[in-house]
Amino acid sequence: MMLKLEKRAQPSLLWTYLTPLVAVICTMIAGGALFAVLGKNPGEAIATIFWQPLFGEFAFYYRPQLLIKGAPLVLIAIGLSLGFRAGIWNIGAEGQYIIGALTGAGVGLAFYPAEAWYIFPLMVMAGALGGWAWAMIPAVLRTRFGTNEILVSLMLVYVAEQLLAKMALGLLRNPEGHGFPGSRNFQQYPSGHNAEIITGSGMHWGVVAALIAVIFSYILLNRHILGYHIRLTGQAPRAAKFAGVNPTQLILFCLGTSGALAGLAGMFEVSGPAGQINIDFNVGYGFTAIIVAFLGRLHPVGILLAGLLMALTYIGGEIAQSNLGLPAAAIQMFQGMLLFFLLAIDVLTNFRIRRTKREAV
Amino acid sequence: MDLSSISPTLLLASLMVAATPILLAALGELVVERSGVLNLGVEGMMITGAICGFAVAVETGSPVLGFAAAAVGGAALSLLFALLTQVALANHVASGLALTLFGLGLSALLGQGYVGIKPPPTDKLDIPLLGDMPFLGPVVFSHDLMVYVGLALVVAVWWMLNHSRAGLVLRAVGENHDAAHALGFKVVRVRIMAIMFGGACAGLGGAYISLIRVPQWTEGMTAGAGWIALALVVFASWKAGRVLLGAYLFGGITVLQLNLQAAGVDIPVEYLSMSPYVITILVLVIMSADRSRAPASLGRTFHASS
Amino acid sequence: MNFVKYLAGATLALGLATSAIAQDKTKVGFIYVGPIGDGGWTYEHDKGRLAVEEAFGDAVETVYQESVPEGADAERAITQMALQGADLIFTTSFGYMEPTVSVAAKFPDVKFEHATGYKAGPNVSTYSARFYEGRAVQGHIAGKMTKSNVVGYIASFPIPEVIRGINAAYIHAKKVNPDVQFKIIWAYTWFDPAKEADAATALIEQGADVILQHTDSTAPQAAAEKAGNVITFGQASDMSEYAPLPRVSSIIDNWGPYYVARTQAVIDGTWESVQTWDGIGPGMVGIGEITDAVPADIKAEALALKDAIAAGDYHPFTGPLKKQDGSDWLGDGEVSDDGALLGMNFYVEGLEGDIPQ
Repeated sequence: MMLKLEKRAQPSLLWTYLTPLVAVICTMIAGGALFAVLGKNPGEAIATIFWQPLFGEFAFYYRPQLLIKGAPLVLIAIGLSLGFRAGIWNIGAEGQYIIGALTGAGVGLAFYPAEAWYIFPLMVMAGALGGWAWAMIPAVLRTRFGTNEILVSLMLVYVAEQLLAKMALGLLRNPEGHGFPGSRNFQQYPSGHNAEIITGSGMHWGVVAALIAVIFSYILLNRHILGYHIRLTGQAPRAAKFAGVNPTQLILFCLGTSGALAGLAGMFEVSGPAGQINIDFNVGYGFTAIIVAFLGRLHPVGILLAGLLMALTYIGGEIAQSNLGLPAAAIQMFQGMLLFFLLAIDVLTNFRIRRTKREAV
Repeated sequence: MDLSSISPTLLLASLMVAATPILLAALGELVVERSGVLNLGVEGMMITGAICGFAVAVETGSPVLGFAAAAVGGAALSLLFALLTQVALANHVASGLALTLFGLGLSALLGQGYVGIKPPPTDKLDIPLLGDMPFLGPVVFSHDLMVYVGLALVVAVWWMLNHSRAGLVLRAVGENHDAAHALGFKVVRVRIMAIMFGGACAGLGGAYISLIRVPQWTEGMTAGAGWIALALVVFASWKAGRVLLGAYLFGGITVLQLNLQAAGVDIPVEYLSMSPYVITILVLVIMSADRSRAPASLGRTFHASS
Repeated sequence: MNFVKYLAGATLALGLATSAIAQDKTKVGFIYVGPIGDGGWTYEHDKGRLAVEEAFGDAVETVYQESVPEGADAERAITQMALQGADLIFTTSFGYMEPTVSVAAKFPDVKFEHATGYKAGPNVSTYSARFYEGRAVQGHIAGKMTKSNVVGYIASFPIPEVIRGINAAYIHAKKVNPDVQFKIIWAYTWFDPAKEADAATALIEQGADVILQHTDSTAPQAAAEKAGNVITFGQASDMSEYAPLPRVSSIIDNWGPYYVARTQAVIDGTWESVQTWDGIGPGMVGIGEITDAVPADIKAEALALKDAIAAGDYHPFTGPLKKQDGSDWLGDGEVSDDGALLGMNFYVEGLEGDIPQ
């Protein structure tokens, strides 16, 4: 007798909602064991990570921070999810994020020190355009030559990182920065500053953009013919062809949109929370967003929740570090575990486990 | 500027050393991808191998045992990925990224007691006669054992893929897993074995950095070598011989860049550093026209629905 | 706007309340840019933290957060420490400058100390070390010891701090060995062991028999050891595991005394915003033991130079000095002011090549 997976006719609604919960509980147990091995009180550590940011003494500060940390993740992941649904794999969002930040910041700095209302909107457009253009490289290569977009978009991340270093040390370097690398700080340039809309709320324009993206993507996927084409292409590429889907347009649309959104995320980050272009400006949002997209099951609302969950583990993890002296590496492992469990248990949504008599798998 | 100060002999010799870690990791990933699996966790497996190898070599005093432990460590970590993607049918890209995150954290925890320690030295092979030959001696015949292990592995992987039944099965699984399954091949088992082979190779590559090339342990010391190995597989268009060529090219550009700087040549470092990736993209484009493409089932999950 | 005021008020009130609670025990926070296990920059700052723990025992509690990215994450990490009742917070990387200043404005009762920056405030001090003083001593030994007259220098990024080090080393190598030549490699990283090893190897292969490094790993030391007949100097930490050869001496970042003194000032209530730039004299820059691989007379000269710098009798940037393009920089006996040093973006006369832009 052995266990065998059997595909469900319909994804299980019960497990759709249950898997994240089970995964979090499994992570708490495994993570607790890890913390115990490191000589920390597991209960206290878990409570610090999951409870403190939301309901602890200083939650009034951490809750807005969840938005700041989660917004770029959600914004990028929403864009990626469109392509992922259609089987178009953009895994170079990190590069598009960098280029969006460079073009957005570049336009803003070109106006410095002029103050005008139109500067910030222009930066937003430049950021989106930069990300879009960077994503168009794998898109055009795919449609024109059939080149694999996974690999081209990944390679372009490294190219973008080198460009970032070049810009931070060269063209965009702050002339008043005593020769240190890094651009001027947008927090001190009102016309180019992506400030909080309500001070202390964490709501900057990037958060607004992320929420709009969630809503638009929901409408697109459920109410619009293009969304139908995306879903159809992912589920049954042949049927999609017969239904009149133009694959070239779809690739250009999906990669372009995800690139533009990643570029926007970079632009909002550089002009707001980060403040300046620097050599280490990118901290992996583009890669984490891929995980967020899958954790959210490529569903807009799921992505929103997954983005906030990731943000929670980041912020809770930081608190655990400084309050309990947990090493950063332990937090990293803890996040890895959470992803492992979510990915593993997710199988139960689409499959059921059957006991069978001897049969080879 | 003084280009004459660059010695081609020494340049080629250090190029071979610089290329070895990415060569080892890329060969492993090549086999993984030929079986239709895309494992983006190479960086995580390399760094885990780096600390496993380092710790065991320090504790036992034997670099050989260290390398063995590195292979085991890398393979053990890759088993997690195998469970996720082959048993739980999770997405390859997400699982691979999670593996890198996990591996970086794990290695840092394991390595806490090993900062600032020198590992036991690995001897260079002093091959009599051959090692004394002009030019070829220092370039080809005076390295440590792992350089030759890497070269031997190129030949072994090439032979296995093209001239053995195991290679045939592996490629069949990678090209069309449903057809391979219908023919009675054990798709999941083949892929798990390929993934573990990939993990072991990545582990060896990581240990080469921590035991020979650097040699020391520090957190995050692989510094992106795993991602370069991924690029290398693509650059090589999934062929073992071209992995070797690519590893020398990638390693060579770094070494050459540093040498040119030392010789006082005014070069734009950033543009040179991005060139391997741009070249890889160009190779990809040329290859797509030439039809020798990626394994058809690359990155797709397989479930035997019968 | 009421919401704003409420939040601002709550932040302040809580900030005050928590520092009041923590009155009996002084809480000192540290923000690190790398992992403690990096064996270099962050490792030495953490040794400073441990020195604080040792000096005050139960009277002080220290907290830290490692691998904090510069930017938005840093601002949150610093705020979090302030919220949790830290009385004194050290932010140990240049990239934390803006976040530190911005958080400090919200927590006027918490003291902040930012390393290597230039923006201070009523409750923000800056501190940095005059590493170039150590470079001068290294340059002297290098100039005397080299037989090939080629000194290799592994530089990180083209910023004033690094350029200052190159100039200081070169001036003092040239002074004792007019034929000396510097070969400089810009690695564009603070920490990438494999690349540092390659850089060291490239320099050695091109004839360098002395390697100076401004990157943090011990990889160049190992490369030199492998090559043989090459000497090196430890950077950031002592790297004494490579003594007596190839490592013949080192520049050690010694933050402990400063951290202890500043913590004491907070406890005594005498803390004031200061801008500290200390060198060998006050002990912020340590010169690691010069090994017996250096002949006794050279060792004595190097120690004399070190003592002269420590006592303030000699400044490593004393004229006559010209810039690389031949223009005059410092007249005879003239000493560079700190402003020129802080923004240094040129090579001195004799160095070859251009600083990358």
